Amino acid sequence: MKVLVPVKRVVDYNVKVRVKSDGTGVDIANVKMSMNPFDEIAIEEATRLKEKGVVTEVIAVSCGVLQCQETLRTAMAIGADRAILVETNEELQPLAVAKLLKALVDKEQPQLVILGKQAIDDDCNQTGQMLAALLGWPQATFAFKVEVADGKANVTREVDGGLETLSLTLPAIITTDLRLNEPRYVTLPNIMKAKKKQLDNFKPEDLGVDVKPRIKTLSVNEPPKRSAGIKVADVAALVDKLKNEAKVI
Amino acid sequence: MTSLVIAEHINTDIKPATLNTVTAAALCGGDVHVLVAGFNAGGAAAAASKIAGVAKVIHVEGQHFAHGLAENMAAQVLAMATNYSHILFPATASGKNIAPRVAATLDVGQISDITKVQTPDTFERPIYAGNAMAIVQSLDATKVITVRTTGFDAAATTGSAPIEVVTGQADSGKSTFVSSEIAKSDRPELAAAKIIVSGGRALGSAEKFNDVMTPLADKLGAALGASRAAVDAGYAPNDWQVGQTGKIVAPQLYIAAGISGAIQHLAGMKDSKVIVAINKDAEAPIFSVADYGLEADLFVAVPELTAAL
Repeated sequence: MKVLVPVKRVVDYNVKVRVKSDGTGVDIANVKMSMNPFDEIAIEEATRLKEKGVVTEVIAVSCGVLQCQETLRTAMAIGADRAILVETNEELQPLAVAKLLKALVDKEQPQLVILGKQAIDDDCNQTGQMLAALLGWPQATFAFKVEVADGKANVTREVDGGLETLSLTLPAIITTDLRLNEPRYVTLPNIMKAKKKQLDNFKPEDLGVDVKPRIKTLSVNEPPKRSAGIKVADVAALVDKLKNEAKVI
Repeated sequence: MTSLVIAEHINTDIKPATLNTVTAAALCGGDVHVLVAGFNAGGAAAAASKIAGVAKVIHVEGQHFAHGLAENMAAQVLAMATNYSHILFPATASGKNIAPRVAATLDVGQISDITKVQTPDTFERPIYAGNAMAIVQSLDATKVITVRTTGFDAAATTGSAPIEVVTGQADSGKSTFVSSEIAKSDRPELAAAKIIVSGGRALGSAEKFNDVMTPLADKLGAALGASRAAVDAGYAPNDWQVGQTGKIVAPQLYIAAGISGAIQHLAGMKDSKVIVAINKDAEAPIFSVADYGLEADLFVAVPELTAAL
């Protein structure tokens, strides 16, 4: 069984982004880019399924600029067998990405697509669910534990008050949450091997998808700043401030 | 223009998130309808009918709606979608799970996690863990939206809307609910709590987290939260995590003990009205957002605080 794992190239999670003073966006020139952390977890999970013998092939996919190839090489160094880049310089929003992925799913016929639950740049949390709807497949989002056997995926998911377990008939979509697994460190030999793995290149037009954005960004601004706080000397001073100044207790 | 709010509920009652979502819907202009789809959900429908500003409650019954499975919920919303210009879900685990299925099937974009409604087609939403706020305009005729509940006040419960019972769509049959482990607690729910006390990795163990933080939470009638590091280390359950990809909270009072204040944690609590930080490390980033900072060992300061209250 094949599994498809989409991965996104995003600003590295350690970077504190700066909002441009002209209000047009966030300054990402020369900023460190990395694979979206949730997508790393997705590649790791797919690789573990392969190591368990449940999955025969892991295909990594990325949509975006040419440099996404680096993200795909990292995915192949973790464990993807081959990769596909859908190359475009256009702004890609989740609906467009879901349509591109659907076209690839129709070509590759995987039984499972594992995605990160959200990208840490746009924080949309939509692509996996949108893809599931376009395909008419069931979904299990925010996965904490995944078991695949006998044509079904048993997924325990993180929900607001705790955990919930669902059983999905394959083919299905799973999106990963933080504690599903801890991705392995990429070793140098695997990085070298990844350079030789197959990486195919498509354009959105080749897949017959219109990627025009549906949501226009009018401006990007800094969030409201909190006024500077004070240090209190001891617990007694803190309690006094909370009761008499802030009046929250 | 009419808005449909998909209620967050537990069948016997609605959850607070629904109230904030109704407020957001009202700001979009036009009438607001609320969909309650569940199993033996009469209590939730009755509660929804009391929300001020709601013109109609639509109550759909079915065993296959009992656990809010995304495939079934989305199919139900889609069967009704042509009547609405705006379809809003609270940005809870449930709302986030279902909304994009509706958007994609309608072939429209989704605006996630709105914090403000500027006009019926323009919204504010956080990006980059809330380090930037974007004003975005939807170019689609139908707007599918998830609402960050901390961005909107809860609607009052002084209304009395009619309840229309409607036959539900069929079970998709592709997913089955197996089981759940939902913590039962007398504490307020984290996402809606007025006071939250939150612990970090410095607590060192699940036992110490409980011993130190629980009495403080009890004294204050507070909900308990945790940093990602504390949850990863097993000191607190997953659903206590406050942060960019965990719970987003904005209580009247947030007390962070032993939390350094990573960007991703701040993303989840920096809109709190009053922030208190208790940390041994004078350089901890949490102090940059704290209204009151106490540089102290939490193992001494937190019990002292609990006793002083």
